[in-house]
Amino acid sequence: MSGRRAATALALAGALVAALAALPLVYLVIRSAGADADAWETLLRFRTLELVGRTLALVGTVTAAALGIGVTLAWLVVRTDLPARRLVAVAAALPLVIPSYVVALALIAAVGPGGLLGQGNWIFGFPGAWTALTLATYPYVYLLCAAALRRADPALEEAARALGRTRAQVFRQVTLPVMRPSASAAAVLVALYTLSDFGVVSLMRFDALTRAIFTQYRTLFDRTPAALLGLLLVVLTIGVLALEARGRGRGRVVRAGAGAARPATITPLGRWRAPAAAAVGCVLAAAFAMPVATLVGWALRPSAEAPGAGDLLAWATNSVLISAAAAVVAILAALPLATLVARRPGRLSRGLERATFASNALPGIVVALSLVFFATRTVTPLYQTLPLLVFAYVVRFLPQALSGARDALGRVSPELEQAARGLGAGPARTFQRVTFPLLLPGLYAGATLVFLSTMKELPATLLLRPIGYDTLATQVWSATGTSSYAAAAPPALALIALSAPVVYALQVHLEQRTVASADI
Amino acid sequence: MTRLLALLAVLLVVVLTGCGTDDKSSPSSGAASSSASDKGDGTLTIYSGRSEDLVGPLLDTFEKQSGIEVKVRYGESAELAATIAEEGENSPAEVFFSQDAGALGAVAEAGLLAQVNSGQVDRRWVGADERWVGTSGRARVVAYSTERVKKTDLPDTIFDFTQPEWKGRIALAPTNASFQAFVSAMRLSAGDKRTQAWLEGIKANDPTLLDGNSDVVKAINSGEVDVGLVNHYYVYELEAETPGLKVANHFLKSGDPGSLVNVAGVGALKTGDAGESARLVTFLLSDEAQAYFAEKTFEYPLTGLTQPPDRLPPLTDLQGPAIELGELGEALPETTRLIDEVGLGA
Repeated sequence: MSGRRAATALALAGALVAALAALPLVYLVIRSAGADADAWETLLRFRTLELVGRTLALVGTVTAAALGIGVTLAWLVVRTDLPARRLVAVAAALPLVIPSYVVALALIAAVGPGGLLGQGNWIFGFPGAWTALTLATYPYVYLLCAAALRRADPALEEAARALGRTRAQVFRQVTLPVMRPSASAAAVLVALYTLSDFGVVSLMRFDALTRAIFTQYRTLFDRTPAALLGLLLVVLTIGVLALEARGRGRGRVVRAGAGAARPATITPLGRWRAPAAAAVGCVLAAAFAMPVATLVGWALRPSAEAPGAGDLLAWATNSVLISAAAAVVAILAALPLATLVARRPGRLSRGLERATFASNALPGIVVALSLVFFATRTVTPLYQTLPLLVFAYVVRFLPQALSGARDALGRVSPELEQAARGLGAGPARTFQRVTFPLLLPGLYAGATLVFLSTMKELPATLLLRPIGYDTLATQVWSATGTSSYAAAAPPALALIALSAPVVYALQVHLEQRTVASADI
Repeated sequence: MTRLLALLAVLLVVVLTGCGTDDKSSPSSGAASSSASDKGDGTLTIYSGRSEDLVGPLLDTFEKQSGIEVKVRYGESAELAATIAEEGENSPAEVFFSQDAGALGAVAEAGLLAQVNSGQVDRRWVGADERWVGTSGRARVVAYSTERVKKTDLPDTIFDFTQPEWKGRIALAPTNASFQAFVSAMRLSAGDKRTQAWLEGIKANDPTLLDGNSDVVKAINSGEVDVGLVNHYYVYELEAETPGLKVANHFLKSGDPGSLVNVAGVGALKTGDAGESARLVTFLLSDEAQAYFAEKTFEYPLTGLTQPPDRLPPLTDLQGPAIELGELGEALPETTRLIDEVGLGA
């Protein structure tokens, strides 16, 4: 295959993936095409500007807080003498396995009306939505930033120190820039999560755009206003992505050589050691221990409705199989697009990439309904089968796979590939021997994120699964629907227990790669 | 590395085809097979907004009695209604079993429902042109503490709960669909102005805002509040769990929005098999099914042939506000906006 033909094939594959992932957008455009004066008026009545303002305020503050917590944690764990840092390294990522609405429920149980630790309605509205979403999303930042720090050549920081920079200066001028591309990619994931979240804002009664969209869908007499609000969400997404492009910066951090494979210098925390440990403990308690304790409390309530072990096993099997399938397909789909973006940057590739991000910012119900719309009109035999369900997950979570792949590709020095080509290797062989091994950690990270998101996914699962294909997430929903928290707890705990080892494996994998990268 | 790729590919194939084979071997999980091709072949596909816990056993009974194989997709009523609307002519659904009348009204409005035989059910609980029929009813009530409130002190209209004597004594669940339906009913019967004034009056009385109706009844029992705005059956559900519950229901006067009776109901899709759908509708209105609702879910039977649960006033005494139940869905966005604006939503 010649270079030119390979490039064309790559562009075509990327375009195809982007087109499929943008189906929800097409659906929104079709649905809003019939917008008449009435629909626009409904939009105005919704105090749309206020909704947009509230949504942006939430997205901005959640992203800022998640960045603050995630970056700090990553630095503490990788570069300081924080007590029990190996344990913290794993625990800090664990909240990723807890559905955000469970975090919200636990917060309400703890400090809401009749709560265990306090009372009152103050938690409802912005404070609760902000807290729950920050706790649920900071692990994205932590994971990607910790990985970036581990990969970074310690020589950079050492050189800066040797040249007379203070520790604070090194942190600001070297450490932060090293994390910047990863932090920026993670910030997008956090922002999109917050934009698309419905569970938390509805439990916390915070009037965000998604809540307005859901209320519109619940009436159904006219789906146009919901579609218009959805498009508005897409516009906000484009804004977020434009900001990210700036945040990422023009710089490129690649390791030209393997460098020395040795641990980085550890910054002693001194008298800050205890306060830092306490702060980390508080975050982990609120983000992980509290939700799990709430669930265990529910599970211990006497109830005749607790599911049997056989049922749990069947649901768990379904959850794991479908999530693994979604993770694999998402990574395969992300590869051509990520390569295109990283190797042939330009208007086209950027546009294609952004189209896929838009779907991720839409609430699950919009993505699900758009696929209902297209599937029943084009691929009827596939409707409500597992392949279509996997496809729905890929459409929803492709950006997570993409961020992993792109992050990794950004670090593969093109010079290495050029050297391989110069030594006579064809494009395929270069990819197989040089690019792919370097990509693997990023792909693995992306696949893991998709896997975890799919385990928790609900709206698309409910509408697009084959009848009778029960998963852990659908059973949690089914039990909470009849306010039977005792019956909801076992599948929710199983979901967490099954996802936790995956996060652990990812952590270990990322750590090992740091050392192994020296061999490449 | 190549091995890893191969492994992933194999895993993928196993998952997709393996589960596909499952579909064929176990009839209850068939998916593609529930498309238009098998209408009238002895299977009936139901989209149910009522939960599996609640109606699963009843649908099993129907399956046994009729010999018709039943496939049920469970979900939220409104989302299932939206799905049916998007599916249009290609909908695999044959029957829509909804938690509330609003979602049925919406699907009927979209022209997707065929006529059903509403039998003995009062016209109040039948959709326009018999496009859907109510299967069981629930009344809005004021639950009150039998320890701290005298029944004779309770007003007979919901509008009087804005009086200062109720300050700090009321609980409600403002994000609950049943509360929102009740406020919609107030708007449709008493107008937006009066509704807004009522919401503001309640807000001024410093109500305790809770997540769900059962939490409201629990808060009354624990002494946190004295009265709560809920559906009638929550008191009975909690009584079954907590013997000696000190909470009772107070029914408001006829015509008052506070005495709204909303229904769960069923509609037959035009795309489905008319004969099989009709059999299910008939079954849900049979004495057996109506008694099931009265005994298991403490709801009102609607055919007039089955006794309501003990202690409930007869349905004929509950003349709620003069509104069309099917219109409640359409009123919803404005209702939630009003609730939020007053400050009860957030």
